Amino acid sequence: MLAVVGAGSIDDLFVDVPEGARLDGAIHDLPNHASELSVERQLGAMARENMAAGEVPFFLGCGAYRHHIPASVDHLIQRGEYLTSYTPYQPEIAQGTLQLLFEFQTQVARLYGCDVANASMYDGSTGCWEAIAMAGRITRRKKALLSSGLHPHYVSVARTMAKFTGDELVHRAPMLEAGTDLDSLEVDGETSCVVVQYPDIIGRIGDLSALAAKCQAAGALLIAVVTEPVALGAIKSPGEMGADIVVGEGQSIGVGLQFGGPYVGLFATREKYVRQMPGRLAGQTVDAEGKRGFVLTLSTREQHIRREKATSNICTSSVLCALAWTMHMTLLGEKGLRQLAALNHAKAVAAAERLARVPGVSVVNDSFFNEFTLRLPKEARPAVRAMAERGVLGGVSLGRLYPDEEGLANGLVVAVTETVTDEDVEALAAALEGVLA
Amino acid sequence: MTINQSGWRPTAPEASAEAPATFTGNRALMLEEALIFEIGDTQSTGVDIAEAGGTSRLGGLARNREIGLPGLSEPEMVRHYTRLSRQNYAIDLGLFPLGSCTMKHNPRLNEKVARMPGFADIHPLAPVDTVQGALKLIATLGEWLVKLTGMHSVAMSPKAGAHGELCGLLAIRSALEARGDAREVILVPESAHGTNPATAAFAGYRVENIPATAAGRVDLAALKARLGPDVAAVMITNPNTCGLFEPDMIEISEAVHAAGGLVYCDGANFNAIVGRVRPGDLGIDAMHINLHKTFSTPHGGGGPGSGPVVFSAALTPFAPLPFVEKQGEDYVLIEEETAGEHHGRTFGRMTAFHGQMGMFTRALSYMMSHGADGLRQVAEDAVLNANYILRSLEDVLDAPFGGSGPCMHEALFSDKGFANGLSTLDLAKALIDEGYHPMTMYFPLVVHGAMLVEPTETESKAALDQFIGALRSVAERAKAGDETLKAAPVFAPRRRLDETLAARKPVLVFKEPEQAEAAE
Repeated sequence: MLAVVGAGSIDDLFVDVPEGARLDGAIHDLPNHASELSVERQLGAMARENMAAGEVPFFLGCGAYRHHIPASVDHLIQRGEYLTSYTPYQPEIAQGTLQLLFEFQTQVARLYGCDVANASMYDGSTGCWEAIAMAGRITRRKKALLSSGLHPHYVSVARTMAKFTGDELVHRAPMLEAGTDLDSLEVDGETSCVVVQYPDIIGRIGDLSALAAKCQAAGALLIAVVTEPVALGAIKSPGEMGADIVVGEGQSIGVGLQFGGPYVGLFATREKYVRQMPGRLAGQTVDAEGKRGFVLTLSTREQHIRREKATSNICTSSVLCALAWTMHMTLLGEKGLRQLAALNHAKAVAAAERLARVPGVSVVNDSFFNEFTLRLPKEARPAVRAMAERGVLGGVSLGRLYPDEEGLANGLVVAVTETVTDEDVEALAAALEGVLA
Repeated sequence: MTINQSGWRPTAPEASAEAPATFTGNRALMLEEALIFEIGDTQSTGVDIAEAGGTSRLGGLARNREIGLPGLSEPEMVRHYTRLSRQNYAIDLGLFPLGSCTMKHNPRLNEKVARMPGFADIHPLAPVDTVQGALKLIATLGEWLVKLTGMHSVAMSPKAGAHGELCGLLAIRSALEARGDAREVILVPESAHGTNPATAAFAGYRVENIPATAAGRVDLAALKARLGPDVAAVMITNPNTCGLFEPDMIEISEAVHAAGGLVYCDGANFNAIVGRVRPGDLGIDAMHINLHKTFSTPHGGGGPGSGPVVFSAALTPFAPLPFVEKQGEDYVLIEEETAGEHHGRTFGRMTAFHGQMGMFTRALSYMMSHGADGLRQVAEDAVLNANYILRSLEDVLDAPFGGSGPCMHEALFSDKGFANGLSTLDLAKALIDEGYHPMTMYFPLVVHGAMLVEPTETESKAALDQFIGALRSVAERAKAGDETLKAAPVFAPRRRLDETLAARKPVLVFKEPEQAEAAE
């Protein structure tokens, strides 16, 4: 091969590298190659240093939920045709991914109660900022009101971006109380959008209809953020209550916990705003013989065509997770999703009733889906650590999420999905009782 | 004539008469597949979930409308998505020469590691004492990246390459603002990937192009002439998108630094130099690394990717949250709360959690398998393969920078000499009929009808020879003006798709037939 290339050695191929920057041999302070057995052994040891959710009573939520993923889903996404394909730029040999994305977009739009959805974002938090930026493009205003119930990490991401774009964000931390701030948000003629999480960070479910009407009257957009898509099997969709953009985290369906990523951002809106949407879109068309097929479309919004005028810089998104989401959703169907949602809710209601009987503990929420907040008689953060030492992952302390808010320090957010057993709830009750004693 | 490794000699099929239509529309193993909305219904499901009832605490917002989500039984669902999968090309099926995309083999050990419960089944907000192994994995991968790049630190949270670019530019902007030096312009070579200018605009900068020389490199004189107090940074890709190493890189960095700016490097092409060159030795301040390119995490049909960013010492204080730090024997997570004392200048959080853990496990598995020695060989083999393609085809395809010396990991050709109005697109579609995924087309923009071929180190000489034979054949047809190319592909699951129709009358979701009619 070197002869064909006309080079005497491999080194000749790197002649353009400035001499001072050429490395002589392998980088010395990194190990050399290792066998499959050896790598698996080393990484297996690292994996065992973690407390896996499936091994203990587990109640963490706040934007990432542990659900059962059917075996067929993980089997299918490991097919090389999905796993090792590229973004479908050559549609004639990518109909598998493209048709799946078309199914995904339709499922997301229907679940969210919107007209259209895109082919995924990185995750819920980045999708949330993209929605705020999109609202700014549509309304040509720069003020976003973030409800106090929005996930604090989503708020942080928006703050990071707003610092550079010059957008104004209005936000305060939530209170440990049953009522939300949805009725008190002051939407005015400067407001680009109002961002509301549904159900919110402490689990409350608020009616969005009145707020949607208020936004519409002021020429602002209502953005609803859904971090737990399973909830929409039990409660009204944000779209049917009048939200203009609905974004969220899709991880609950088809994608595991994975320590925070990769996840899959869902993004849907009204048909009239589609050209302001970020991200890729699969669309239906026909081929030269008139057969139905699918292509990536409306790419004039995107970076590879529009460059600095694109609606977003997003390129690679989260397609494999979107495929897993669609496969899982297809296996559930409407019937299965509703059953799953009902089961989550029933288990959560039972758990809330049980935990409210732990001395000194009360439930903050009037309304919730599969996640609610307990008020403990002392700080929740050390209690969570102490429970972990007893082998119970008992929830997310609001002190972890809001370290500066003393009023939230006693709050413990508990998520209860179909994976939680009655014994797990008893174990949590006992652990709580133990660490609070 | 092309011969594969077994010595089996493919014969060209006879030009057969039009194949007869079938009742089903299927053609043997090529199976047509309807949409789930056409074959499923809302009363079918593939799961068995216990019925549940009892008190409702849904705040009066219980759903009272149908969603319209069709379900399938497990065998139907498995069959539906298996049938659809067969309409996709993939690395597992053959050479995937997309330039700048680095479609290399995805080792399956990585998939196994990523699914270990200790990595796959842990919550991002779990108490840090219970996830020490996960933090260690992130720290270890970060250490590999820092050493391989010769940089000072690494931010692990960016979710993909473009997100990494944003991370780098936000750090640059923060560093400049911290010294009270608001600058407005980012210089981007005209051959840059589209994400570069899009990211610069997203970060609030104005973008200006810098021209390339006739040899396909950054025009150093033009760059130097443009530098000034308004230039925040230069975003450069090295090796560049013409497949060439920028020999003036050190001088470029020095000039930018002398003018008070910073240097961002798009690391999409790191596969060409990993283990042979450390970007830190070239004066770069920030560079993202696509784990889904150089470090073999699967591309999955469009992500998830992962785009960690390595920083110089100058930019390190501005790196985003959260990140992992080793303190004594423990790994700690630096977040908003803990950033205060030592990391008060961070530009903030870019994503809810810690980044793409599932990609970190795969990438580290790949790095440990290859080791420092194997990774160096990765670059060498990738570059050798690309040069082999370049030199094997430059007699038939125009190689605009063939005279600029060896290419790096990708070979660039143009459509010069194609007859009868045949285009790069026609050639690409003909390659589909030959059983290959086409190369990157019409990119970089600086070359007419560009074809950017990146074979990666995955391919054997035999596989390259067969591909070269196929590409030579279609190139000869294009130059001879063979108009049958315009009808290609003819053997794919679909003939050419009407992209104009898709954009003019967008159909982005399935509508039930009555809805669709009403919308007409």
